[in-house]
Amino acid sequence: MMDLLNILLSESFWAASLRIATPLIFGVLGALICERAGVLNLGIEGIFVVGAMCGWMAVWLGAGLWGGVLAAAAAGALFGLLHAVLTVPLGLSQHVSGLGITLFATSVSYFTYRTALPNVSSPPRIEPFKALDIPLLSDLPFLGPVLFQQTALTWLALLMVALVWYVMNRTALGVAIQAVGDNPDSVDAQGLSVYGLRIGAIVAGSALMALGGAFLTMSAFDAFFFGMVNGRGWVCIALVIFASWRPGKALFGALLFGAFDALQVRLQTEMGALVPGQVFLMAPYILSIIALVIAARSADYPRALLTPWFKGQR
Amino acid sequence: MTDSTVLRLNGLSKRFGPVVANDDVSLTLAKGEVLALLGENGAGKTTLMNMLFGHYLPDAGSVEVADENGVLHSLPLGHPQAALAAGVGMVHQHFALAENINALDNITLGSEPLLALRRNRQAARAKIEGIIEHSGLKAPLNTPVGRLSVGERQRVEILKALYRDARILVLDEPTAVLTPQEADTLFENIKAMTREGLSVIFISHKLREVLAFSDRIAVLRHGRKVGEMATADADEKAIARMMVGADTPKVARTDMVPGAPVLNLSGISVSGRSKRDTLKGIDLTVKAHEILGIAGISGNGQSALANVISGLAAPSAGHIQVDGTKVAKPGPAAMVKAGIGRIPEDRHHEGIVGAMSVAENMVIERLDDPEVQSRGLLRRDAIRDNAERLAQAYDVRGPGVAASSRLLSGGNIQKLILARVFERSPRLILANQPTRGLDMGAAAEVGRRLLEARERGAGVVLISEDLDEILGLADRIMVIRDGNLVEAGSHDREKIGLMMAGEPA
Repeated sequence: MMDLLNILLSESFWAASLRIATPLIFGVLGALICERAGVLNLGIEGIFVVGAMCGWMAVWLGAGLWGGVLAAAAAGALFGLLHAVLTVPLGLSQHVSGLGITLFATSVSYFTYRTALPNVSSPPRIEPFKALDIPLLSDLPFLGPVLFQQTALTWLALLMVALVWYVMNRTALGVAIQAVGDNPDSVDAQGLSVYGLRIGAIVAGSALMALGGAFLTMSAFDAFFFGMVNGRGWVCIALVIFASWRPGKALFGALLFGAFDALQVRLQTEMGALVPGQVFLMAPYILSIIALVIAARSADYPRALLTPWFKGQR
Repeated sequence: MTDSTVLRLNGLSKRFGPVVANDDVSLTLAKGEVLALLGENGAGKTTLMNMLFGHYLPDAGSVEVADENGVLHSLPLGHPQAALAAGVGMVHQHFALAENINALDNITLGSEPLLALRRNRQAARAKIEGIIEHSGLKAPLNTPVGRLSVGERQRVEILKALYRDARILVLDEPTAVLTPQEADTLFENIKAMTREGLSVIFISHKLREVLAFSDRIAVLRHGRKVGEMATADADEKAIARMMVGADTPKVARTDMVPGAPVLNLSGISVSGRSKRDTLKGIDLTVKAHEILGIAGISGNGQSALANVISGLAAPSAGHIQVDGTKVAKPGPAAMVKAGIGRIPEDRHHEGIVGAMSVAENMVIERLDDPEVQSRGLLRRDAIRDNAERLAQAYDVRGPGVAASSRLLSGGNIQKLILARVFERSPRLILANQPTRGLDMGAAAEVGRRLLEARERGAGVVLISEDLDEILGLADRIMVIRDGNLVEAGSHDREKIGLMMAGEPA
């Protein structure tokens, strides 16, 4: 029991929680934007892979770190556009299209990586984002190491939470996105484009998702390898429901998952002799399912989620 | 009222595949005028208005709308944006409102620049409040629309159009979801606005309100305009004949003395997830030779009541007696066995199995009958003969009894259900919205069959949102509101309307 308390009070635990949560924050925000507009984007897992690969490769080719971030976002937007075209004007099944995007995007990423580097056994490394060292603030006790020694991408993620919240709640665009996910007819009757809003939201959301992937290769690790996304996209799909499609709650959900994950790693080292390690690996997912079961009972789904809309059919 | 024309429809035609929805329809509307567009379901009223508003592209014809100075300009067709800009506002029968945002946002949606970083909500609010004051259309602006009443939502819809400076307002069946009092208030508001120069077209099939509130009437039948007259010269009979194309047989009802109770619900409660699925300890008795009408605004517990009587929902308290015997374990099969025949609200989904044939659907509630099956095998010849006899007797028309039942029209599906229910001579008939969406002829047929069953000695529970239907058919009326059921005690339209709205009568 003392051990647990020690872990929970340690700086490194909280710093790790925020670090682990960062890609999830990007992913949940991205999924949130898509679903608020009424379209489920199960392409998220594959878009994470694309983002991880493109971001890393751009840097490896000499584009610079921020160039890599842009490349990742652009690649994510491109796959988002594909999903948008299939599900919005064509009105195909969002599940099938999304899963297809995930398979396609994952394979294309691996294929590109292998084609570019046919003979490499250990993945080439890049120089990743460094922890920002903000004078004074990073020397604060506890808060310093937790908040002010993270990389620029973590700060970008936190900034995005605020930005998405502002756009959704304070601008006409956000109101229109919420409306199109609730009742597309309301938007159409006022002369706005249902297709335009939905496609735009999916493209923007997918770009954010790709940044989650880019964080993995450009901040958490320094290389791209197969299987590195490891279900993070799927976790985001669950977290959106947990968050009731609200950016603030999305941040909380991502941090909660990050904390579970950081905790299991530490418990493994403390108690690994007593319990098999796989139990700890499962723990964050099981806890997420429990949290989801509790939160999702009152979940207020966007009413038009999964329902295609066609012009001229009322 | 002035003579200046603000809207002219010239020879509009529209086909959907082989179906002609509108055929060469021309109309004019004068400034400050209220034009009622009458016609049966499927007569093409909504299609015509959707062409005016740009939702549908007409196959032929043109639309002209007057600008602020009264000069007619032809309207580019197929563009809602163009119609909005020309000052045409449309309020759809199914509201086009986003329920997760408030009324203010719904009203301003689309008239603000999307990419602006800040919104000028103060200016928008001031303009809307000005319109509310002028028109009397009150609605809370800050509550999410999902929490507004139906009447409030409709006012928000009209405010949306007025906010866009609509000079011509089209209302598609505006009173279908309102209580009689709400409907009267709405029309009074509309009258007030026409005095300030607004022109209104409203679609309806309620003769009463058309005669009370319009200046002029145009009647559509089978997609054609078949008549037009000043309301002052119109009489109810003539319009009805024009709508249907023939005289509708007046339903004859004879006075009867109610017999023994056939259905008795006492203290029935159902705890549902929403208001429409909740009942709060209701008592109800229906006797033989009696039609009990249940009046109420949609979503006040009608579904729960229908589900309890048909065995689809288990009550959390209370008990059910059929013919004086308590039903021990109410369930759909038990209720059918006990002698209850069900005419469900959603006839397409709950009334038939669309993929199965007409003949199969006719026997689907008595598959254990030896006439239908022997030793677990269906007797296909007997089923077909039975279906052919019933199709004849109940005038079910369509591509034959072997065809999928989903190919039938709504009216014929209802006749199929009537045939299935009435052939079993049920002790009690539950008719939930039995004439919704039917044309006058088919609706009259349903009424006639219900009266016939009453004469035979059955009890009938008639749930309907159409107060006129209940007033015409029921021997006794109860009002359902908020999960409670109260005896109306009379056939007084005014009093029942107040009870439906929840005000003390």
